[in-house]
Amino acid sequence: METQLALEKWAGAISAITIGATKDEGGSRINTVKIGGQSSLPLLFKEGSIPNPPAIAFEVWDIPPQDWPEELTLPYGGVLNDPFAWADKCVNEFKAQLLCVRMQGAHPDFGNKGPDQSAKFISALLKKVKVPLIIVGSGDDTKDNLILPACSEAAKGERCLIGSAVQDNYKTYVASALADGHHIIAESPIDINIAKQLNILISDMGLSLERIVINPTIGALGYGLEYAYSIMERSRLAAFSGDKTLASPFICFVGQETWRTKEAKASLEQGIIWEIVTASSFIQSGADLLVMRHPAAAEKVSNFINAIFKK
Amino acid sequence: MFIIGELINGMYSNISAAIKERNKKEIQKCALDQVACGADALDVNCGPASKQPLVDMPWLVESIQEVTDKPLCLDSSRPAVIEEGLRAARNKTIINSTTADVEKLDALIPLAKKYKSKLIGIAISAKGVPQNKDQRLELAATIVDNCQGQGFSIEDLYLDPIVLPVNVAQAQMKDILESISEFKIISEPGAKTILGLSNVSQGAHLRSLINRTFLTMAVAYGLDSAILDPKDKELIDTLITAELILNKNIYCDSYLEAYRKK
Repeated sequence: METQLALEKWAGAISAITIGATKDEGGSRINTVKIGGQSSLPLLFKEGSIPNPPAIAFEVWDIPPQDWPEELTLPYGGVLNDPFAWADKCVNEFKAQLLCVRMQGAHPDFGNKGPDQSAKFISALLKKVKVPLIIVGSGDDTKDNLILPACSEAAKGERCLIGSAVQDNYKTYVASALADGHHIIAESPIDINIAKQLNILISDMGLSLERIVINPTIGALGYGLEYAYSIMERSRLAAFSGDKTLASPFICFVGQETWRTKEAKASLEQGIIWEIVTASSFIQSGADLLVMRHPAAAEKVSNFINAIFKK
Repeated sequence: MFIIGELINGMYSNISAAIKERNKKEIQKCALDQVACGADALDVNCGPASKQPLVDMPWLVESIQEVTDKPLCLDSSRPAVIEEGLRAARNKTIINSTTADVEKLDALIPLAKKYKSKLIGIAISAKGVPQNKDQRLELAATIVDNCQGQGFSIEDLYLDPIVLPVNVAQAQMKDILESISEFKIISEPGAKTILGLSNVSQGAHLRSLINRTFLTMAVAYGLDSAILDPKDKELIDTLITAELILNKNIYCDSYLEAYRKK
């Protein structure tokens, strides 16, 4: 007797979100990146539709990164001191589809740049590179509440993804996203209950659930990967069962988490492998957007995505 | 929980008057109010005062489906009235209901098949109301048997253990609750279960409290669906909380709101 696969049928689907706006759409990007929209768990192509493969964003900072190990700075060949050259290299040499800009220079400990300076930087970057942008703050809430609205306004109409909104600090970002036509990252500390609550709080302000991307907070391989993995999986099961408040795409900051581990810093090759394994694991738990750092790791993961999505 | 709103019933004076005066707006308002409060489907019953249910039922169906596409639960003891409703319906339908009597089963199962309707089967027969769990199971098994015999999908069948007022049949409450879980194992795949909730508090004081307590207990026994008053906010809040405790939805501080956003 032929074995038959038991296929699950789901009632819900993840929101599809387009990042970036072209000229016709009121922006100035040459491409857009669509994520989400799936009605099946990752890689289970027969159980539903998975219209958009996971996308990879390259990380770019507004200041030279302080804590990147040599293994990571090497492939950038000196451009890390110039954010525009850095961004340009990601797009033209590493073929980045989109960039994740971290406004680290606004942090009181790392330059303390003001809103005007940050906004000017975003405006200039938008002129320099034409791929869609994800814009995230420095990690200092007080400061980010000042600079992110300015960055958001500078990128008005470009349909960026901005963040990260957290349970204790989301109103300013949501207001900015609403005013300037961006999507928002909602970050929760590996906690599905808070992820759900934050999505409700954000949607209560009038930003629809369809414009939220969840940052579930992840750990790299060996640093709680499984925990984040299971939270993402559970969230997806709820979403597919019809819970719209959890039906958001996931963004995973893979590079950031990988390159702080001692294993990644141990040797060049190991660091790259660490980032690849972390990224490809999260693809299997539902990551829609991977923010990565090492171009060689990004290339391998991109090949992996292409291979599994080859029909 | 699949919630069927019970308020479009000629037993209520506003609905009875609206039917009599052909006041479509009143019916539509009642439909939309219930949907806004979380009803997944709407019960439609012309009520005992209707002199011409064969005409009133399709009129109600037409009026309601002008404003909502929620499934309609066509409620009458007369198969002919139900068929008039089915004929008029564009929305999905649920037949409410057949008993375990052969003549009812032979009339309503073919109708359910013909109109691709779901069917509610009540564990009751012409012999009267069951007095214990075994009798309920026997009646339910008769209904399941007939559905299978006539090729009606059991997944489209809802079994009702027949709720009696707590002030009339207090000793039967536990049997009714246990029947809910046992009905599901009569067949594989099992039928769904349903209750006409308000009956439990008929004639009692503190009706709302009795309703929501009984519903909570029934949910714990695996109840899939209930015909109830969706405008009773405390009842719905309690239902949402009961399902939360059973891990059917993911907790968050605003879980009541989250459920209603669904």
